[in-house]
Amino acid sequence: MTAGEKKEYWRWQENCWIDESKNWRDAKIITAGIDVGSVSSQAVICVDGELYGFNSMRTGNNSPDSATNAINGVLEKSGMKLENVTYVIGTGYGRVNVPFAHKAITEIACHARGANYMGGNTIRTILDMGGQDCKAIHCDEKGKVTNFLMNDKCAAGTGRGMEVIADLMQIPIAELGPRSFDVDEEPEAVSSTCVVFAKSEALGLLKAGYSKNKVIAAYCQAMAERVVSLIERIGVENDFFITGGIAKNPGVVKRIEKLLGTKAAETKYDSQIAGALGAALFGYTLMQKQGASAKAA
Amino acid sequence: MIANYGYKDGSGEYYISIDTDKCTSCTAGRACLTACPKEMFEIITDDYDDEVAAVKQSFRRTLAFDCTGCKPAGGYTSLPCSTACTPGAIKHSW
Repeated sequence: MTAGEKKEYWRWQENCWIDESKNWRDAKIITAGIDVGSVSSQAVICVDGELYGFNSMRTGNNSPDSATNAINGVLEKSGMKLENVTYVIGTGYGRVNVPFAHKAITEIACHARGANYMGGNTIRTILDMGGQDCKAIHCDEKGKVTNFLMNDKCAAGTGRGMEVIADLMQIPIAELGPRSFDVDEEPEAVSSTCVVFAKSEALGLLKAGYSKNKVIAAYCQAMAERVVSLIERIGVENDFFITGGIAKNPGVVKRIEKLLGTKAAETKYDSQIAGALGAALFGYTLMQKQGASAKAA
Repeated sequence: MIANYGYKDGSGEYYISIDTDKCTSCTAGRACLTACPKEMFEIITDDYDDEVAAVKQSFRRTLAFDCTGCKPAGGYTSLPCSTACTPGAIKHSW
């Protein structure tokens, strides 16, 4: 960083991964899911219905480019070409703007399907804490949605809200969660439900002598209370699973668990890829059905 | 599936919930489409290829204002959408 350059505390780790133990050339069906969200974009490739690789990056200034950049990252890493992918499904806010997608499916259905894969078929309640919205989803043992609601009217309780607080506190976003526990006593949640007012309130608390950690704790608590009130509308049935970038923030996750009185299921996968993974799995099912229909004919 | 369209903000919770399982075999002739004075409902093909009613995207963030005319203060004793939907698929949270 050069002198005078502003540090981007909000910037989260972009991630590209492929499963080296698998060889995509042996696969019968290769499908991709592209989740173009308001803050992040993910591309997931599945080979024969199993996760093969993914790329997670920040959404750019237009959806088609973001989708293309996301898929190119994982294609380059695997040595695959887009022509090798049998079927592509777009999801997320920009789902209708994925230029190479064959079909678009809402992120609600895709997150449920992705969570079913990532957390197992015992997952019944999913909380997706996205970049600029929050969704509570109930699903059955196959990952089919049975009840959902979302709140995309304001950014409080979302990833973008957390980015704003990271910048305000001048603390890297990945450190916010752990630091929120480094307080003498748990503070009251900030009262604002709007991220702009929450920012003003956080500034006020700093001026009133709160430590940065205490302000972060108050914000994490507010975010937890906000999403819990949302998820309680559909009811919490175990197992419970959290997807989206905020799932990586223990400061929010632990507080949600405390408020709900239940632990969120753990996963070895990146919580941000749930939507794109679900889309890729939908693609695999569609291809299987088409194959079965062709055989029957 | 219960689909909840709407939002929660500082003033309260405003959700219209639609039980799409009742929608797929609608016995009311899709009466919701014409019952709503603001024509807020539409029929969509959902992610599971069922034809179901939904609240149009353009109304989903303004329900508190758009539905005001059909609430008791607007002179109604029952909601036109819920009343027209004889299978009982449409409910308001407020």
